[in-house]
Amino acid sequence: MADTPLIELIGIEKHFGSVIALAGVSLSVLPGECHCLLGDNGAGKSTFIKVMSGVHQPTRGEIRVNGREVGFSSPRDAMNMGIATVYQDLAMIPLMSVTRNFWMGREPTKRFGPLKFFDFEKANAVTMSEMRRMGIQLREPDQAVGTLSGGERQTVAIARAVYFGAKVLILDEPTSALGVRQTSNVLATIDRVRKGGVGIVFITHNVRHAMAVGDRFTVLNRGKTLGTAKRGEISTEELQDMMAGGAELAALEGSLGGTV
Amino acid sequence: MTDGIQAKESVSRPEGDERVKRVAGVRRAMVRPELGAICGAIAVFVYFFFAAGNTGMFSLEGVMNWGTVSAQFAIIAVGACLLMIAGEFDLSVGSMIGFAGIMIALLSVHYSFPMWLAILSAFAIAVAIGALNGYVVVKTKLPSFIVTLASLFILRGLTIYLSIATTRQTIIGGVREVGEGDWLAPVFGGKILKGLFAWLAEAGIIATYTGGTRAGQPVVDGIPMLMVWALLLIIFGHILLTRTQFGNWIFASGGDAQAARNVGVPVNRVKILMFMFTAFCATVFAACQVMEFGSAAADRGLLKEFEAIIAVVIGGALLTGGYGSVIGAALGALVFGVVQQGLFFAGVESSLFRVFLGIILLLAVVLNTYIRRLITGER
Repeated sequence: MADTPLIELIGIEKHFGSVIALAGVSLSVLPGECHCLLGDNGAGKSTFIKVMSGVHQPTRGEIRVNGREVGFSSPRDAMNMGIATVYQDLAMIPLMSVTRNFWMGREPTKRFGPLKFFDFEKANAVTMSEMRRMGIQLREPDQAVGTLSGGERQTVAIARAVYFGAKVLILDEPTSALGVRQTSNVLATIDRVRKGGVGIVFITHNVRHAMAVGDRFTVLNRGKTLGTAKRGEISTEELQDMMAGGAELAALEGSLGGTV
Repeated sequence: MTDGIQAKESVSRPEGDERVKRVAGVRRAMVRPELGAICGAIAVFVYFFFAAGNTGMFSLEGVMNWGTVSAQFAIIAVGACLLMIAGEFDLSVGSMIGFAGIMIALLSVHYSFPMWLAILSAFAIAVAIGALNGYVVVKTKLPSFIVTLASLFILRGLTIYLSIATTRQTIIGGVREVGEGDWLAPVFGGKILKGLFAWLAEAGIIATYTGGTRAGQPVVDGIPMLMVWALLLIIFGHILLTRTQFGNWIFASGGDAQAARNVGVPVNRVKILMFMFTAFCATVFAACQVMEFGSAAADRGLLKEFEAIIAVVIGGALLTGGYGSVIGAALGALVFGVVQQGLFFAGVESSLFRVFLGIILLLAVVLNTYIRRLITGER
């Protein structure tokens, strides 16, 4: 893990008019690392991922990809540099088949004289094998995504991003709407992808999920980084405290018996 | 912390999920978006076979009768279908038919354009208006329902105004005379396979006129280009939607525009192109009608937008976009045409047509909703 970071963001600030959404956030992702970005609602997580994925341009700060300073003018730019984002709700279209979703925007075509057709043979074969690698048994590739569970949908989205050459995968709260079993499926997928050398930014506000797969943890609070800790250097309780800003939660925790 | 790791590692990955039932091939072939429309078409045919089987409805002449009406519906249904799957509506289809018809007649008869130039100009103007519809919808992000409702009134008013301002009437005749000998006019108003039908008549296989000035000529003397256009548009629409990259973009644009944009689908371009295609289909309809009647009227195409939408919905498309089938829409148009003409053959009071249609629409939507849930896992 001593390589240059796949992506490095240094002192990122983002102002929206008079509102300072990010006031100096730094984060780096190494190959094969799962970097958890934790923060409560309103901490600036969403703004930060949007900067990382090219949706917003930072007001101040530096973005480096493979050690070279870059600027993303659009999500396309970021995607071309291997930075892919999987949004929680906006990744899959439930009415469409798994294959159609998997290849959406990058459909393989085959020529037939002057005409170009969707190459379903290739598309279906690749989709099936990629899904199998992720541990999902599809009944058939033209099964609608709506028939899959929430965790499986996230997995399809992740598999798609990886197949199309993502070096850094930004996962926006992939587990927040899932049940226990579904969550562990997604965490297993993250683990599998990480082993292939892809760097992962895992955004969550669930410390337990972060602890399950994270190598490093960065906590955001009120637009600032509260520091980055390696796995083993920090406990679940400490992370939880940092996220919520300490005092109030400590009081709450007493009455809830440490279950938050 | 350790409990998390164990949870991750204890994830079992069943090979061949025990909860996924094996689905029989037959059922898989059956459960498709067009199923509702197929059932509807069969039901309608069975009904009229018994109700009007002896009236000549299923003779060659009868088939041509309801076939032509169905083809009319199909032409505009294909456009409406693709647009609806792309997530938008066009309520200005009917007005566009009137407008394009008047354009052709006005340019050819009043302004003495050669017929081919009049037709091509009408196509260019109509498709440009379609593009404008799409551009306004995409840029303002308003519901296309509202934007094209405005176009419905603007175009209809403009059509009547243009017609009256230039010729002082709302019906422009004499188109056939101008189109005589033109190369493009028969592409919309002509008939094909005339030789075959003449031969069939000579051989005594099909009926001929027994009296009058056309005695000895076949009653049906060819396949009208209207039907050919309907067939071509259905095939084109079906292949475009199910077999091409662009077809996938149409589904994606209507299914979830934001998700589609996230992966780089040019959603706005897809939507604008579909508005243009809808306008193109409306103009094909208008051109065929003007060539057949030899005249254009400013009130043509009234309510056609709703008939197109009904055919598409009977065909299994989802009103909110992202799901549907061109074949289904074509079958919807067939049901529509057969019912409309069949009631006439069966001698049923014609005012009951709408009652019938309403019932079919309701049944089709209920059935389609059920089928769609089976396929897509919607809850």
